[in-house]
Amino acid sequence: MPSSTTTMLSRNFKHTLRNPVAVFNAILFPIVLLLMFVYVIGGAFDIPGNYIDYATPGMLILTICYGLSATALSVNSDMTKGIINRFKVMDISRSAVLSAHVAASMLRTVIALAAVTGVALAFGFRSPAGFTDWLGAIGLLVLVAFATTWITVALGLSAKTPESAGMVTVPLIMLPFLSSAIVPAETMAPGVRQFAEYQPFTPIIETLRGLLVGEVSGTKAIVAVGWCVGIALVGYLWSLSTFKKRA
Amino acid sequence: MPCQGCVRAVAGRPSNLVHMTSSAITASGLRKAYKDKVVLDGIDLDVPTGTIFSLLGPNGAGKTTTVNVLTTLMTADAGSIRVAGHDVAGETKAVRAAIGVTGQFAAVDDLLTGRENLQLIADLKRLGRAESKRVVDDLLERFDLTESAQKLASTYSGGMRRKLDLAMTLVGKPSIIFLDEPTTGLDPRSRRTMWEIIRQLVADGVTIFLTTQYLEEADRLADRIAVLDGGRIVAQGTPAELKRQIPGSHVRLRFTTDLDLETAAKVLADATRDAEDDLVLRAPSDGSARSVRGLLTQLDTHNLDVEEFSVHTPDLDDVFLALTGKTSTKVSA
Repeated sequence: MPSSTTTMLSRNFKHTLRNPVAVFNAILFPIVLLLMFVYVIGGAFDIPGNYIDYATPGMLILTICYGLSATALSVNSDMTKGIINRFKVMDISRSAVLSAHVAASMLRTVIALAAVTGVALAFGFRSPAGFTDWLGAIGLLVLVAFATTWITVALGLSAKTPESAGMVTVPLIMLPFLSSAIVPAETMAPGVRQFAEYQPFTPIIETLRGLLVGEVSGTKAIVAVGWCVGIALVGYLWSLSTFKKRA
Repeated sequence: MPCQGCVRAVAGRPSNLVHMTSSAITASGLRKAYKDKVVLDGIDLDVPTGTIFSLLGPNGAGKTTTVNVLTTLMTADAGSIRVAGHDVAGETKAVRAAIGVTGQFAAVDDLLTGRENLQLIADLKRLGRAESKRVVDDLLERFDLTESAQKLASTYSGGMRRKLDLAMTLVGKPSIIFLDEPTTGLDPRSRRTMWEIIRQLVADGVTIFLTTQYLEEADRLADRIAVLDGGRIVAQGTPAELKRQIPGSHVRLRFTTDLDLETAAKVLADATRDAEDDLVLRAPSDGSARSVRGLLTQLDTHNLDVEEFSVHTPDLDDVFLALTGKTSTKVSA
């Protein structure tokens, strides 16, 4: 007899399997972007070393963010299509519904991250990182995915319609572009540069880059993890309160 | 606002007489407001076990809010509710275990097949492997969904979705089932199928709380009906009791000339003129062949020519229109 959480999980996994386009989409877009920056636009950037080595960590973060729109949509359609009321009048754990969405979303993200990493390696990405560095990088990616997914669940729950749910993750997709994901923040125009320096994705990407391509800065790593924990907490609490409010 | 006096007169059964053993649902003094908009303004209900109770009302009367409050989806601002013998506020879990709810919109999972939808609920109700297979097979068979069991619910027609929705509600054998407008948007055939299913459920001892805006539906299914309007119950009783509330059956006679009408009015002393048509008389009659024949013979002996003739028995439509404050247009026209 499965618990309600595992039942919900298998439901969400089935959704993912039934909707392969979403997974494919979440993998394809970051790969296209990676190749475009490396082979088309990146040549014009004045970045020391191999550009693909610089760009890949940023693209991995972008991969996480890009996959979130599917999560927001599926959370929102549960709320707007009425099935949530069925779950609510049953004697089951309230958090099971949300945790299942988070777990399924993270599974999709991990698949996409593996695919993008594979493509980056195939196109010449080389990392001097040792085993522990890779472990750290994977841990950080999972943490980022966890945090951004909870925020996305909250956004998906709050959106009134599936259309607006599709839009709520746009800021999350835009933020990495306004960070040091593609070019270093120092090269940006004043104003944008300050924004890029202080927004959460820059320390996150710098830490990931440090782990994969060279020196990790302890302070940045702490700031990055701090941001993730903060975002996850806000997302979790916001999700729970929104979930309680919407009947 | 409908008068309070007639509410009491029709309701017949005072709400303070709560029979714990025979009542599936009791509610008293139910109130709910959204900000300053009052949706439920003191509702009293008593639904005996094993009966169909229909909450009838126009759009926006508060039907869905009532269902939401009774099914623990919302908390009432005031009033007390007992469902299946449990207090809704204090024993929410026990109430949830006893009830099944089918909302206004089919709450099925589009990305799962019909069978998977039922299996999902069986798993959530922790039915166990063998038991849930038996239950799912049985429900698919009973709702005529076996052939479509392996298809995604997104490919189902409206009627099939409703059937699947209700089948999902029945997993785990709830003793009280709430149906919020179960046939809205269904074609006549699917509607009849749904009625048949509801009757079978009651035959098995289930209590049904049904909301509808179709009078025919309430008339055919319900043991008792409450008419909800503007957040208040304006009438309550059996369909027959409610029909008795409004002017009885009559024969409608249309004449060709005023003169004929004048004469007929003298011959038929208890006939009244129709408010809408100058050439029409309404003569009280129970609609039986004997009474109608007598009436026509009377007119024949005076050589009065009746152009149009029809027998009217009050239906719930009349009750509904009379009770929900919609009569003004009809009378003044």
